[in-house]
Amino acid sequence: MFAFIVRRIAQAIIVMLIISFIGFAIKQSFGDPVREITGVSVSAAEREKIRDELGLNDPFMVQFGRFMQGAVKGDIGRSFFYKKSALDVILSKAPATLELVMCSALIIVIFSVPLGIYSAIRPKALFSRFVMGGSIVGVSIPVFLTAILMIYVFSVELHWLPSYGRGETVNLGGWRTGFLTLDGWEHLIMPSIALSSIMLPLFIRLIRSEMMEVLENDYIKYAWAKGLMPKRVWIVHAFKNTLLPVITVGGVQLGTMIAFTILTETVFQWQGMGFMFIEAVERGDAPLMVAYLMVVGLIFVVVNTVVDVIYGLVNPQVRITGQK
Amino acid sequence: MKRSLLFLALVAILSLGLAGCSAEKKEEAPAKKETTEAAPAAAGKTLKLAMDADPVSLDPHVQLSGGMMQYSHLVFDPLVRWAKDGSFEPRLAESWERIDDKTMRFHLRKGVKFHSGNPFTAEDVVWTIERLKKSVDYKGLFEPFAPAKVVDANTVDVITKNPYGLLLNMATYIFPMDSKFYSGKDESGQPKDAIVKTGPSFANVNESGTGKYMVAEREQGVRMVFKAFPEYWEKTGNVETIILTPIKNDATRVAALLSGDVDFIMPVPPQDLKRVDSTEGLQLVTMSGSRIITFQLNQKRQKPFQNPKVRQAIVYATDNTGIVSKVMKGFATVACQQGPEGFAGFNAELKPRYDLEKAKQLMKEAGYENGFECTMIAPNNRYVNDEKIAEAFVSMMGKIGIKVNLKTMPKAQYWDQFDAQVADIQMIGWHPDTEDSANYTEFLLMCINKETGYGQYNSGNYCNQEVDALVIGSQTETDLAKRNAMLQKVEKILYDEAAYVPLHWQNLSWASKDGMNTEEIVNVQNFPYFGDLIIK
Repeated sequence: MFAFIVRRIAQAIIVMLIISFIGFAIKQSFGDPVREITGVSVSAAEREKIRDELGLNDPFMVQFGRFMQGAVKGDIGRSFFYKKSALDVILSKAPATLELVMCSALIIVIFSVPLGIYSAIRPKALFSRFVMGGSIVGVSIPVFLTAILMIYVFSVELHWLPSYGRGETVNLGGWRTGFLTLDGWEHLIMPSIALSSIMLPLFIRLIRSEMMEVLENDYIKYAWAKGLMPKRVWIVHAFKNTLLPVITVGGVQLGTMIAFTILTETVFQWQGMGFMFIEAVERGDAPLMVAYLMVVGLIFVVVNTVVDVIYGLVNPQVRITGQK
Repeated sequence: MKRSLLFLALVAILSLGLAGCSAEKKEEAPAKKETTEAAPAAAGKTLKLAMDADPVSLDPHVQLSGGMMQYSHLVFDPLVRWAKDGSFEPRLAESWERIDDKTMRFHLRKGVKFHSGNPFTAEDVVWTIERLKKSVDYKGLFEPFAPAKVVDANTVDVITKNPYGLLLNMATYIFPMDSKFYSGKDESGQPKDAIVKTGPSFANVNESGTGKYMVAEREQGVRMVFKAFPEYWEKTGNVETIILTPIKNDATRVAALLSGDVDFIMPVPPQDLKRVDSTEGLQLVTMSGSRIITFQLNQKRQKPFQNPKVRQAIVYATDNTGIVSKVMKGFATVACQQGPEGFAGFNAELKPRYDLEKAKQLMKEAGYENGFECTMIAPNNRYVNDEKIAEAFVSMMGKIGIKVNLKTMPKAQYWDQFDAQVADIQMIGWHPDTEDSANYTEFLLMCINKETGYGQYNSGNYCNQEVDALVIGSQTETDLAKRNAMLQKVEKILYDEAAYVPLHWQNLSWASKDGMNTEEIVNVQNFPYFGDLIIK
């Protein structure tokens, strides 16, 4: 286990190194940050001076070297727009994204598991057909359209739910949470449904097809022959074996969801990391962009590590091969 | 054993989730009731304001931008400000008089206090002008100014190096700052008055102005809360608290207003104007603005553009009236000169001139009957419908045989390309910081001069000594009638020579709930005076 963790940490460092290198290499093409922080009538000479002060005129390797020097000490640059450490900015935005993803993941688990199982057990039932049809629709509507439709129906027409933002938040030692206020929960409903609208159908279909495959296996037939209770066959024998591929996909998708909540966050003005990233790109705020990419890289490595550990718990075979 | 543990965990997760969900639903209903009941009972009016961006700093001199000006008008107060009719309204200066052709004496309002409690005096005005001259963004505008002089505690002489006709225009940018508050050093040893664009500074996070509102809370990019300053000298508006939320996405901003989550939005995207206007309980205010959208024809890159006939042909072939009605949905004012009506130098004789036959004939006369090919760039997220306007222009040029290869890009990348003059035709919009028409020509059409900075955005490389002489002459002309005539002549020359392709002035828009005097507080500069807002 120890060797495994060390290996993963080394992997994370390499991933982040590569990402920061690529980020640095392409940041020029995202535009000129100096333009964004000066008024239009500022002279070209003044702009050049600022660029010099910020070290933006140095050769690529010099800039990267300076960045690495800072990074070793834990300083991965300062956001031009927020005027403070890029890492601090990201950390202050992370709770919003994590809470949103957590709620979406919960919605996905709660609905995909029973719906997936039901439509696998009774594939011909009317309800199953309805779920399958609905999931096709869900998968094919882009997130931002779902989001705008929801805002239109529930906020503009019915006035039931707030249309934007996180609402009232409570500061818990630096973690701004919306979970502790009613207002925060209300604001969370639509964004988390919108975010789950793409993954939920995917998971229903995944669980259904895996489950149907498992139900054809010999050991299930044996279980039926043995006269076990249907519930026990479905849940304990069939569903548990369905879980393996679902966890693999789920792990990767969870990482993706944390990283790419961009669309949902933009439409709902949800002040998370994705929204921050898209704004940083628009402003040419290169240090913040590079820092974000590195953090996302780290999240992916961590999530994958956790998935591997869980995988081992569910399927002992994996651990055995891993230990040789 | 392990199996059952896992199963237990799964059950636990499921039940937790279910509990969370059901709690959510139960709480929903009473919450709504609370908010509807609480609104009328609240003491002191609160304005929930949504804009497309929030101020980048609390230091008014860090950046010259629309957002920062809007902020300055809330928290600071200028010496004078623009009234709706284009005249000047006394603010911290009660009255002013010309002493000589270089000096204007301002008599300051007595008994005004800064948010810190310090009294406002002539010293603060002198200090603020000095600071403006150090700010990267303002030093250009305040270049004509010499150090100001204190006459007595409530009188100050603002002096220019040469006679300067726009002194009062510039006084709208003088928002006196609390010189005592911003003196000394902060904990990190940095002077408190340092103007820092990309790092931490005292002034970036602290304010002490004389304005009606104090910053009570600020989370950059998320939300800002302003509270009325109890010792403010004027009692006009009745808004106690302003909650400013930046909502960048157009559809979300409109939805927030339609759903009642906010009371006031700016700007209103053109595609939603009708919808907002026709919604009961909401009011829409629009106004013709002063930001002109133009195309510049690069004479250095493309030989045909050196021929005035070709340039005229292009202007004649550009149906800008059509662009305004079709692409802009009427949400713009057709332009054929740079400064809009009401600006000095507006020339009423000049009329839009779309005439396809005439354009074709001009092309023939110029010897380009068969047309030619050229390149063009335009931004796709800087101006309202910029990409669509450029596309419409390309198809119009096709009718006179000019094949235009258009490339559009986001604004973050656009301006470097613009400066490098990578294409033959380039789009630019301009709003003069001085609210004066000479400023358009200085930046967009005067001969390029690296030393003086004239023609900084003249990517057409148009150069006409007569125009330059007139504009430079207008700067020191303090007789406004004469100055007006000079600038009118400039517009006429540029029109006749087809120095550029004028399209339209973008309109401004604001929307709010009914029961507010929105119409009265907005202005063509787009700095709504929220201090005067009355909510019934």
